[in-house]
Amino acid sequence: MSDQIIKLTAAETAAKIASGELTAVEVTEAHLARIEAVDEKVHAFLHVDREGALAQARAVDAKRERGEKLGPLAGVPLALKDIFTTEGIPTTVGSKILEGWIPPYDATLTKRLKAADVVILGKTNMDEFAMGSSTENSAYGPTGNPWDLTRIPGGSGGGSSAALAAHMAPLAIGTDTGGSIRQPAAVTGTVGVKPTYGAVSRYGMVAFSSSLDQGGPCARTVLDAALLHEVIAGHDPMDSTSVDEPVPPVVEAARNGSVQGMRVGVVKQFRGEGYQAGVVQRFDESVELLRELGAEIVELDCPSFDLALSAYYLIAPSECSSNLARFDGLRYGARVGDDGTHSAEEVTSLTREAGFGDEVKRRIMLGTYALSSGYYDAYYGSAQKVRTLIKRDFDRAFEQVDVIVSPTTPTTAFPIGERADDPMAMYLADLCTIPTNLAGNAAMSLPCGLAPEDNLPVGLQIIAPVMKDDRLYTVGAAVEAAFVEKWGHPLLEEAPSL
Amino acid sequence: MTTTTDLVSYEDALASYDPVMGLEVHVELGTKTKMFCGCSTALGQDANTQTCPVCLGLPGALPVVNATGVESAVKIGLALNCEIAEWCRFARKNYFYPDMPKNFQTSQYDEPIAFDGYLDVQLEDGEVFRVEIERAHMEEDTGKSTHVGGATGRIHGASHSLLDYNRAGIPLIEIVTKPIVGAGERAPEVARAYVRELRELIRALGVSEARMEMGQMRCDVNLSLMPKGAEKFGTRSETKNVNSLRSVERAARFEIQRHAAVLSSGGTIVQETRHFHEDTGSTTSGRVKEEAEDYRYFPEPDLVPVAPAREWVEELRAGLPELPLVRRNRLREEWGISATDMQAILNAGALDLIVATIDAGADAASARKWWMGELARAANESQKALDELAITPAQVARVTELVAKGDLNDKLARQVIEGVLAGEGTPDEVVEKRGLKVVSDEGALTAAVDEAIAGNPAVADKIRGGKVAAAGALVGAVMKATRGQADAARVKELILQKLGVEG
Amino acid sequence: MPGITREEVAHLARLARLELKPEELDHFAGQLDDIIGAVARVSEVADQDVPPTSHPLPLTNVMRADEVRPSLTPEQALSGAPAQEQQRFKVPQILGEE
Ligand SMILES: [Mg+2]
Ligand SMILES: [Zn+2]
Repeated sequence: MSDQIIKLTAAETAAKIASGELTAVEVTEAHLARIEAVDEKVHAFLHVDREGALAQARAVDAKRERGEKLGPLAGVPLALKDIFTTEGIPTTVGSKILEGWIPPYDATLTKRLKAADVVILGKTNMDEFAMGSSTENSAYGPTGNPWDLTRIPGGSGGGSSAALAAHMAPLAIGTDTGGSIRQPAAVTGTVGVKPTYGAVSRYGMVAFSSSLDQGGPCARTVLDAALLHEVIAGHDPMDSTSVDEPVPPVVEAARNGSVQGMRVGVVKQFRGEGYQAGVVQRFDESVELLRELGAEIVELDCPSFDLALSAYYLIAPSECSSNLARFDGLRYGARVGDDGTHSAEEVTSLTREAGFGDEVKRRIMLGTYALSSGYYDAYYGSAQKVRTLIKRDFDRAFEQVDVIVSPTTPTTAFPIGERADDPMAMYLADLCTIPTNLAGNAAMSLPCGLAPEDNLPVGLQIIAPVMKDDRLYTVGAAVEAAFVEKWGHPLLEEAPSL
Repeated sequence: MTTTTDLVSYEDALASYDPVMGLEVHVELGTKTKMFCGCSTALGQDANTQTCPVCLGLPGALPVVNATGVESAVKIGLALNCEIAEWCRFARKNYFYPDMPKNFQTSQYDEPIAFDGYLDVQLEDGEVFRVEIERAHMEEDTGKSTHVGGATGRIHGASHSLLDYNRAGIPLIEIVTKPIVGAGERAPEVARAYVRELRELIRALGVSEARMEMGQMRCDVNLSLMPKGAEKFGTRSETKNVNSLRSVERAARFEIQRHAAVLSSGGTIVQETRHFHEDTGSTTSGRVKEEAEDYRYFPEPDLVPVAPAREWVEELRAGLPELPLVRRNRLREEWGISATDMQAILNAGALDLIVATIDAGADAASARKWWMGELARAANESQKALDELAITPAQVARVTELVAKGDLNDKLARQVIEGVLAGEGTPDEVVEKRGLKVVSDEGALTAAVDEAIAGNPAVADKIRGGKVAAAGALVGAVMKATRGQADAARVKELILQKLGVEG
Repeated sequence: MPGITREEVAHLARLARLELKPEELDHFAGQLDDIIGAVARVSEVADQDVPPTSHPLPLTNVMRADEVRPSLTPEQALSGAPAQEQQRFKVPQILGEE
């Protein structure tokens, strides 16, 4: 029974709880048991809130008993990336510098989940401060990819993607600054969506790069992602960059998948050197599938995309160098060197030295460099110009097409340790995902098969214009349905059992 | 800490050099809430009771701009004859300091909300000097640190510090002048007059009480000298956080003398921040940093640009109150007083009180007389500002009314005011309680007059002989006998009548 | 673009308040040099007459009314403080001035 519960989709789970076929407590206990059984191997969670989750589940069951109307995801368990503040529950952002910090407030997203009666199981592992593409940069140890525990589950949201792929939760939350939702989804055979920038509140989401960060839904199916998207999206007056417009009809879109008559763009810059053969093969098959399903395929040229990675590795570090300045060991979090012999300044430097990992330090220094006088124009200033050019490329592209597709990531999951001390190689993992972060538009990754050479999942990325997030779900649902029909089952069923 | 500084005399300094000043004034706005969060800005509350995730810089927290803060900034910009940006952004000024929770200050950099204006300021003798304004921009205040373990509560020698973030995030407007040249020997006076004028303007706009003694308005004085006739500015010193009008003037004066001494002896001025000391009127060097500050400004990504609509700006312009200099000139004319008199009224902080007293029914001359005389003395004695005295303009107006009706003479009126200040009640209550009515009973007065004449025969004779001026002595005697409660004019009349002299 | 030296890394580390160890200086100097070398391509557009984009969406004038909202309690505010005294955050001796 417990085994069947954890295989259910979020939509199915919610329906069964609503009809009384299952209780929220049963569902929560099943997932807690699964975590207990496999997370020692996977290490998806940094903190499991067993008591809190069960209390939330009991409240849902009580609500139903009282005959109150339940929300569309009431009682469904969720794994929350440890980057969102949770009142009374530790929030570390995968960093030693926040070890033991218990926030006195809930992020807006946390509040929305609670208000929707989603059961928060705990906080998931991540690259420190969301900087990375493998979750190896977590101060608390790496997470394994459920398809092959010696490989990375993607990053920075590897804990969330692994939790989904290992059936420890049917829903998860990620954040995507350069691909941290989509790339983990791609390499674990799950679905991840980076909504339009500003669609999901950033209030209470620990900032890495403010103008790029975006929270979003992670799930095993397109419909589940849509249901979660609807719960977490919407205007928040606490976030000045929050879009004050109605949430696009994502659930409706996910229920009515179709690409008939759609114009689908393929960008010539998203292939070539560095792309794994099996990834390109599955991508080409996906494009063929889209054509078969009635889409018109349009070749696109977006020349500025070649500069996207460079612009990203100036903008994101610049903003992070400033965003992370607050971690100084004086008001919260770790403090090192306060032994009566060091000044506040020295304690701050010692705390930051001990509290931050290498990748974080690297990016802080990179950003400090890019913003410093004499270099600003050449680096940060130019990067912002590139950003304009990328937006223009997207604008031109979306005059010709409704959505763009690409591989989500150039390769499948690489072995843990392989790129650990080669930052440039690591950065290439986000080659295809970064342009949308710079331009602010929406994108999704969903599974499109296994690469023949390593039998690991390949992700298909769908990109939509700003605030046209519903198109991701219209196309995603159609592609998903076609693939499941072709394979005879969801891709994840091919994953080895843990 | 006892470093002596070589100075040359002020006159000698001015004989060889022209001072160039730049004034940076920070004004804390009187908004209800902080610039980027909903925490209260009320003063004097317990430590860390007015903080939230935003102003504490907790991970994940985000700022949202206070609309009234922006409106106040635009009003200040308009009143300073500035252009208002059509589009501008906030910027982060990055540097580490424990009283700054995010370790960056949310400020504005190359896109201030207001720029290119001027403020006309009037000097003691009535001369008007135009100070050009470079910019006025929005930013936020820092928290407050208390240094523990040192001898004087200063940083020096402290073992540790305690931080209270109630003030962190309170809206600030920073107003920066263009280099002030051509003021010559009057430069310190211009500095003082500028800050005073700015304070009056801020108050008139109702955007802040701008109390310098409470840190609501703070001035940085940048000063350099150039040899007479030169056109290239010298190296400047920045004297930080000068907190009174008098200090602004003294700091400028001191720095002129100090710079001149350094330059005349062939030395060079170091660009540095300096601290002003109220007790000695001198400045001392701040800590010299090993490396130049690099604030790494960049546009604040957590806030969106501010684009004040032109119609809204014009609406605000139309709603500006009469500006202080215009108002002062109007009142000066209406009251028929000199620039110097007006200056004295301003220096005493009496202008608004006098106007309020007139509005409550007093005539201008009396209102001025009481506030600048008796009340100024009382304030001085009790070391209070005029508006802190326990008397309202309406009460002063009532006293003048009683005098006008002849119910009180000046001496009695002073006693009434003394009673009001002592908390004995309203003027009428004090009159009642202390029994302070002018004696108008003719019988009693006549008796007192007779007694005075009888007691001073020599004086009486002089008066009879035509020396009317001598009557003063007899009036005095009568006033003494009636404990001041007689109408002196009437007493004099009676004396002259009795002695058969025509007044 | 000039390469990034060990001294520059030390300067950056001071600005960023990172007490780097000597071996880290060398390590990071090499890596930062590689990264800067790779991303310096963006300056190809430095001379182009293109406006910079600082915000992904063209929002303006997002403001809140000047209305007081509840603050944290001082206990909540200080809940994460590594040290506190008299309801204030206790920090080591401050050397600066400001
Ligand atoms: Mg400032
Ligand atoms: Zn606050």
